[in-house]
Amino acid sequence: MDTLGHLAHGFAVALTPINLMWCLVGTTLGTAIGVLPGLGPALTIALLLPITYQVAPEASFILFAGIYYGAMYGGSTTSILLNTPGESATIVTALEGNKMARSGRGGAALATSAIGSFVAGTIGTMGVAFLAPVVVKFALAFGPAEYFSLMVLAFITVSAVLGSSSVRGLTSLFGGFVIGLIGVDLQTGQPRFTFGSTELLDGVDVIIAAVGLFAVGETLYMASRRYAGRDEIVPLRGSLYMTGAEWRRSWKPWLRGAAIGFPIGAMPAGGAEIPTFLSYAIEKKLSKHKHEFGTVGAIEGVAGPEAANNASAAGVLVPMLTLGLPTSATAAIMLSAFQSYGINPGPLLLTTQGDLVWGLIASLFIANIILVVLNLPLIGLWVRLLKIPAPQLYAGILVFATVGTYGISQSPIDLVILYLLGAAGFLMRRFDFPTAPVIIGMILGPLAETQFRRAMTISNGDWSVFYKHPLSLTLLTLAFIGLVGPHIWAYVEHRRRGGPEHVPGDA
Amino acid sequence: MSTTSQPSPPPRLAVPELLVGIGLLVCAGAVAWQTLAIPVSPLYSKVGPTVFPYLTMVGLAVLSLLLILAAFRGGWQPEEEKETPTDWKAMGIVVLGLIANLLLIRPLGFTAASVVMFVLVCFGFGSRRTVRDALLGLILALAAYFGFARALGVNIGAGFIENQLNTVVDAIIGAVGG
Repeated sequence: MDTLGHLAHGFAVALTPINLMWCLVGTTLGTAIGVLPGLGPALTIALLLPITYQVAPEASFILFAGIYYGAMYGGSTTSILLNTPGESATIVTALEGNKMARSGRGGAALATSAIGSFVAGTIGTMGVAFLAPVVVKFALAFGPAEYFSLMVLAFITVSAVLGSSSVRGLTSLFGGFVIGLIGVDLQTGQPRFTFGSTELLDGVDVIIAAVGLFAVGETLYMASRRYAGRDEIVPLRGSLYMTGAEWRRSWKPWLRGAAIGFPIGAMPAGGAEIPTFLSYAIEKKLSKHKHEFGTVGAIEGVAGPEAANNASAAGVLVPMLTLGLPTSATAAIMLSAFQSYGINPGPLLLTTQGDLVWGLIASLFIANIILVVLNLPLIGLWVRLLKIPAPQLYAGILVFATVGTYGISQSPIDLVILYLLGAAGFLMRRFDFPTAPVIIGMILGPLAETQFRRAMTISNGDWSVFYKHPLSLTLLTLAFIGLVGPHIWAYVEHRRRGGPEHVPGDA
Repeated sequence: MSTTSQPSPPPRLAVPELLVGIGLLVCAGAVAWQTLAIPVSPLYSKVGPTVFPYLTMVGLAVLSLLLILAAFRGGWQPEEEKETPTDWKAMGIVVLGLIANLLLIRPLGFTAASVVMFVLVCFGFGSRRTVRDALLGLILALAAYFGFARALGVNIGAGFIENQLNTVVDAIIGAVGG
């Protein structure tokens, strides 16, 4: 098999001592930030972007991938022991996991989530290795018009289909477009949206945007919510080794979770929330222990969603590596790391940067093994991280936010932009606007514009290029259905029930 | 679910959400103003640099109108969020910390400004052990400075603390290396 040969080569890249060291650093750091509430992989990778000026691409992507996977493992620890999901994708884990911890089975919950993450992460990474070359073959036929339509589809699914409200999701996305447009237009050299300021000619750095929205915004929000009640850490009780019965109840949910998570993650829609909720619903339906759901905590309800979460995290890498299409905030920031090296992710990446891609994929297998070791025997260490008090934690986050921002060009203007974006992030948190579409819009918006203008130049300004190409038309139709379909569905349901039912928050 | 015998009260105007919508409309206006300011060369008349800004502007305007409409229908915030009082005092102190950092980073350098910010943010979050916080902030800021500035080669503003320490570190490296 061709793929196996590439993979073997990838392991040769990933197994060098220096790259193993980066993998270990990444997974350790990733677990830590996954455990800590308020810090996520997107923010951490953004803060570490300056490393791309220092080390080889292989090294920094192995580091970033370790952080990405590690945060998934760490996030489940927080969900189980603290009931505060560290990551949005581990909300479901908190449902059953925290109940299990409260009824003295926290050890088993942590074990099934770590081993399930390992199983599903490994299956998902295998999926990336085998699916990526297939997608590449397909993507080579894409012209600018198809790329643009594909991006439109991704915009719609990421912002309008997945969140709680399509209007608010799209608003975030368009906000991201505005930030992405700031600076010199690369095709004509005209300054755009700079308000006459020379500092803005280079545009807004993705580090500033991510740090402002995720670190400063989150800190302000937490400060404003001090009365909202504290969660207590459930002390870890019970053996970390699962009993035979627990193994028997776990392995099927792991496999089902992986089977649900990977395909959804690999679609140009992304998002780990949908697969985790789906997996939870399925496990609840199939379980022979339904009475445990929501009462003492059912192990299936932890095993399935955790597996789905990790498999979809792996799946997200497929559109990122083969099409240059990020569908999560973390993937968008990794894309900007590619840009920082002058590498354009796309169908040619696998051939032109084979060492990088296959080394990265191989390092994901290694990361999974390291993470199981880090998360099971060393769990006591991570539980201690949870005890860092909130004041010092958030003050520390702001110190690192300053380092990341001020380090770019030692300009206080950057700090002003950081704080303005932090204020915007606070308002978004307060009024339930999703923040990930801002980052995706900011990174992917300019790329979509480039493809759009390229397509229009080739067609001599004829708009029909977007609907005369069958593939492009299909993608745009899918996007339209994604945007309008749920509303029509809701309207039909509403009419059928025949009752005037006002649902607040369904705008 | 509402029943027919008990009519639900008519939705009331949600003022905070209305302000958000209006704020966004103002943003759309700013985008329009800045788009008009983009000079367009006739060479690029087909798809020039203004096409995407215009699309963005129209999108933002439509979305903000939809948000304003939602505000008139009672807003979208869940009850829980509305009922939690905002802790303005805590937020104010945190903001003060950010402003202090912004104003002090040039004259005093990164470490000193960070310590001031750290102490203020901790205070805002309810910590009252200011001396301990200041020490913690100093250790963390130095770790961040040496971790980033020296290991990653990122230049963050050095002040008197950093300069003193840099001399010491260079001397140690020189002594060990030489």
